[in-house]
Amino acid sequence: MSSADIYRELILDYYRNPRNFGKLDKFDIDARDTNPLCGDEIEMQIRVGEGQKIEDIKFVGKGCAISQASASMLTELAKGKQLDWVRQVAKEDIFKMLGNPDLGPSRVKCALLGMKVLKTGVYGYLGAHYEDLDGSDPMA
Amino acid sequence: MLKNEVLDVARVRSDFPILKRTVHGKRLVYLDNSNTTQKPKAVIDALVDFYSRHNSNVHRAVYALAEEATEAYEGARQKTARFVGSRARELVFVRGTTEATNLVRFAWGEKNVKKGDLLVTTIMEHHSNIVPWQLLAKSKGATLKFVGLQPDGTLDMGSFETLLKESPKLVAVTHCSNVLGTINDVAKICARARSAGATTLVDGAQSVPHMPVDIKSVGSDFYAFSGHKMLGPTGIGALVAKKELLEEMEPFQGGGEMIKEVFLDHSTWNEVPYKFEAGTVNIADAVGLGAAVDYLAGLGMSKVREHEIRLLDYALQTLGEVRGFHQYGPEDSKRRAGVISFSFADVHPHDLATVLDEEGIAIRSGHHCAQPLMRWLDVTATSRASFHVYNSYDDVDALKAGLQKAGAIFKI
Repeated sequence: MSSADIYRELILDYYRNPRNFGKLDKFDIDARDTNPLCGDEIEMQIRVGEGQKIEDIKFVGKGCAISQASASMLTELAKGKQLDWVRQVAKEDIFKMLGNPDLGPSRVKCALLGMKVLKTGVYGYLGAHYEDLDGSDPMA
Repeated sequence: MLKNEVLDVARVRSDFPILKRTVHGKRLVYLDNSNTTQKPKAVIDALVDFYSRHNSNVHRAVYALAEEATEAYEGARQKTARFVGSRARELVFVRGTTEATNLVRFAWGEKNVKKGDLLVTTIMEHHSNIVPWQLLAKSKGATLKFVGLQPDGTLDMGSFETLLKESPKLVAVTHCSNVLGTINDVAKICARARSAGATTLVDGAQSVPHMPVDIKSVGSDFYAFSGHKMLGPTGIGALVAKKELLEEMEPFQGGGEMIKEVFLDHSTWNEVPYKFEAGTVNIADAVGLGAAVDYLAGLGMSKVREHEIRLLDYALQTLGEVRGFHQYGPEDSKRRAGVISFSFADVHPHDLATVLDEEGIAIRSGHHCAQPLMRWLDVTATSRASFHVYNSYDDVDALKAGLQKAGAIFKI
């Protein structure tokens, strides 16, 4: 693992200038989770539009560069998509989005916290637990 | 031996097999000693020797092995008690500090704490000296209040005195903060608490490994510490308390070894400290702790403390030269242990730890099991470097170089 590889320009840029950072005045989905290992926190809010579309999405959070950049980039990907799209998002998509950095096992959880929050919120809205739908614990 | 060294660090280092290994191709620079320490060959050998030559259960059978095992286990108790200025009769072996505080919560707390009582601890505590009291307060309908801190990271003795006026039942305080390194004047705190009628508990997890401790002088009713933070094995630690107090208390866990006689409708209890050591005890690790105590006593705890003060002074100066470095805790190294919690510009501690790991440097990053203190510092996490006997000025220089590398990657 090379830290220069992990902390490339892309991640640092999203860490210092997170896109979609903040809260929505009106929202239909509000989900929050933490990573007890390092205390990373992510809260996401989503306003659902016509045709179950993610009309707007914002996040707030505190934590390491990987968790915050990952959450921010994920909100950009999610905006405008159907809620159903969230079901298809897999770990590999998050790693790809981050530029496939070589993360050790302890840092993978940081990278996936945003996805966990997004899935928790959207699946709850759709009336299901994401563990049931995925058939696996995304944090495993 | 370098001129400014109070311990022969090169020689000490040669006693620790793990320090010969590399991490990511680099020399291991182990700076997470407040978390757990490495083990000298003497401790590893003691474990191997016990299992290879003396293994059997203690206090029961009458054959040679059982007598050797009992002698080794009780010998470790005597050594450990002597090391902290106590007596074997007053030292209960437990898994560690956390089990010690929980033992007090159940065996003392259930009997002595009543509805409406006040329990007092401080906001600089490790979770192991907060959560058991929260649980006790909840189960008894008691209240838990916290002594605050001054801006320099020392206890606010004014708020402590105010709480004493409310006649607390228990005052539980750490001897030394695992985050700030602050050394509390526990002798004074215990004396004041006692005069207010409170029972006192001191968490010695960060003091016993790093400085001379004499529990009699501290004057606390309970004193707890962990073996694995003082070069000993994991899973062994001690609760020290006065014999009379231990005798008055209810048992913690019921089972074998802790009983005197068992009838169908009741049982009577073994004498102390065995009353609190139910089931087969952790014999080998206790023996390992005895070996760790021998090792530390051989170095001399005053020298260990002086070694850490010098490293701390050097580190605060050296790391202070790195742009973006900000340390928490008292400035005066005489009032703090060899632990430095710090922030580094806007780099999250976990990101910093990842960069340093690549250089073979192990530091802790996170909340250090002290979330109330983190909130007081207004941070979610800090980075922490902490020293022990095998750390050298070279280790501090390596940390400085690691910070500079992180500074370059993060464009500080």
